[in-house]
Formats: sequence, structure tokens, C-alpha cells
Amino acid sequence: MAKFGKKSKTSQDIPTAALPDIIFMLLFFFMVTTVMRETDILVKQILPKAIQLSKLERKSLISYIYIGEPKQSGIFGKEPKIQVNDVFVEIDEIVLFINQEKDKLNEVERDQITIAMKVDVESKMGIVSDVQQELREANARKVLYSSIQTIDI
Amino acid sequence: MARRNRPTAQIPNGSMADIAFLLLIFFLVTTTMKNDKGIAMLLPPKPDPTQPPPEITENARNIFKILANSQDKLLVEDEPLSDVTQLRGMVKIFILNFGNPGDEGVIIYNSLPNSMKSFVSINGRRADSSDDPKEAIVSFKVDRGTSYELFVQVLDQVNGAYNDVYGERVGLSASQFLQLDRDDPIQDQKYLLARQGIGRNISIAEPNKIVN
Repeated sequence: MAKFGKKSKTSQDIPTAALPDIIFMLLFFFMVTTVMRETDILVKQILPKAIQLSKLERKSLISYIYIGEPKQSGIFGKEPKIQVNDVFVEIDEIVLFINQEKDKLNEVERDQITIAMKVDVESKMGIVSDVQQELREANARKVLYSSIQTIDI
Repeated sequence: MARRNRPTAQIPNGSMADIAFLLLIFFLVTTTMKNDKGIAMLLPPKPDPTQPPPEITENARNIFKILANSQDKLLVEDEPLSDVTQLRGMVKIFILNFGNPGDEGVIIYNSLPNSMKSFVSINGRRADSSDDPKEAIVSFKVDRGTSYELFVQVLDQVNGAYNDVYGERVGLSASQFLQLDRDDPIQDQKYLLARQGIGRNISIAEPNKIVN
């Protein structure tokens, strides 16, 4: 029992002098990595889950197309809609959008433009394949079906 | 002197940690990690209106047919399939069939590691399946009413089968193969070795114009 009765002489204080520095370090990390979202996504976005995902290296070559049911379904209806930048577009306006995106790139990189399709899981393939036909028309053939990584079994 | 009696100017820094915590929590909450991950595909070039649609010269045995209808039911090689996850194994067996390899098919077969050669002799060599990986095509046709979720799942499985094949050629798993960094010359060489001769032949057919 004597073992338990022994009181340790070491002080039990945790030095907190460096705490602000640690917090600041974390703070700076998050401040630097935070990207303020530039587009307001107006459609529901629950991305599908998949395993075999590849990552894109050149972010400057990516343009986004969002497809899904509008969040404000009272105004825009329940049918899935296509959103680029900040607005809804119709199918036939996609070629124009792609050409605008291509103009932003260097001339040598225009063929390498990659379209990331962020499509809600509830959408049907009809609208997706319509968009694909337009992408073929616009000669933007690299497509990335954005999905969330799940674990490989 | 009057100066000496003046109290030294001090900023209380006891609450500095709290302030920093507050800011930290703000940025923690607002940060969205961007995920630019997904299944990459290359669409076919747009059809030339002056040319007639190309004749299909491939033998039917070289095409692995996957059909999906508007009720999200799958028809794989003319047989219904309820479990999507089985596709990966089926496609892998189909690619590595080597039923009647051409000259390039023989070269590919000889380049395979022994584990894959025995895989071929156990599962493959069927006359009614693909001739060799170069000829093998996976065709996937959806309906306009098929859900996007199923589409991605099937693409994922087919890509998984190809990545299994690529990875196994250089002794990696499918996920390790995907993580190969092509900027590193050694890893790039591995990547090219894995891909050599075997193309990712996935064809996505245009859906029917009529919703069933």
C-alpha cells in the first residue's frame, strides 16, 4: 500500500505559454488553404460514390457543369437542370459555354480542357447524355464524372 | 524624473489564445476541401455528317455488352445481373480471355506475369469470349431513364477491372496503380509498362431517344 500513498513531487501543470503559437499555426494553415467558393451552386449536389477515381493534376484546365434538381424547386421546378457558372442554361447553350471556357485557356491547351460533371445521384441519364452530345459537338471530349471516394474492399 | 514613475505599457495577452481559437474555428467551419476526383472518360469524337456511320467490324464475341434499362436493371451478355459488384470480375475474365490471340495478343500474353498466365488458363481460353485484350471492347448502353448512380457504379466496376489488369501486370493493386505519379520517371515507366498494348476500350453507346 505504501506504493499508492507516495505523492509525486513533479508539478502537474501543463505549460500553456506556447498554446497561442500552436493555435496561430493551425489558424494560418486554414487561412491559407481556405478557398472561398466562387459560384453559388443552385442545384442539389449529392455526388455518387465510386472506388476507381483518378485525380486531375491541372486545375486550370477544369470547367464545371452542375446537374441536379434545383434547390429552389418552387421557382424552377423539380426537373433536373444544368448549371454553369452562376446560372441555369439550356442544353443548346452548352457549346457556347465550352467555347467561352476554351477562350480562357492558352491556345495549345484548348484541346485538353476537361469538363467535370457534378451530377446529383437522383438525376437520370437522359439529361447527362444530352450534355455529353453537346460536349462532343463542342469538341471537349475529356470528361470527369465527379464522385466521392469510397474504400476499396 | 517623471518618466520613471510611469507604469510600463503592457498589452494583456492572456486572451490571445481565445481570440486565435475563435478565428481558427471560423476558418475550420468555412473551409471546403475541393474534391476534383472522379472517373475520367474520353468521349468519342463527334460523328462526321458527311460520312455514313461506320460499319461494326468487330466480332460479337469481342464485345462485352452491358445494357441498363429505365428500371435500373442490368442485362450483361444477354443475362440479367442483379449485383453490380460482380461485373468487375466478369469484365476481368473477359479482357484476359485470349481465346484466339493475334500476333500482338501473343506478345501481350508473353509479357504477363506467371500469376496472370495461370489466371488465363483457369478462367479464359473460351472460344466464345474475347480474342485478346487489344480486341476486347466493353460496350455499355443506358436508357434515358437509367439513374446516374447506376451509370457511375457500372463505369466504376469496368474501370476497376481494367485497373486490376494494369496493376497486376506490374505487381500492384488497382488502387496502387491509380496512385502512380506520372511525373516521376520510374513510376511513369511502370505506368506505361502496365498500359502497354491493352487499351481501356470502353464504349458508351448513345441512349435510345424514346423513354420506355
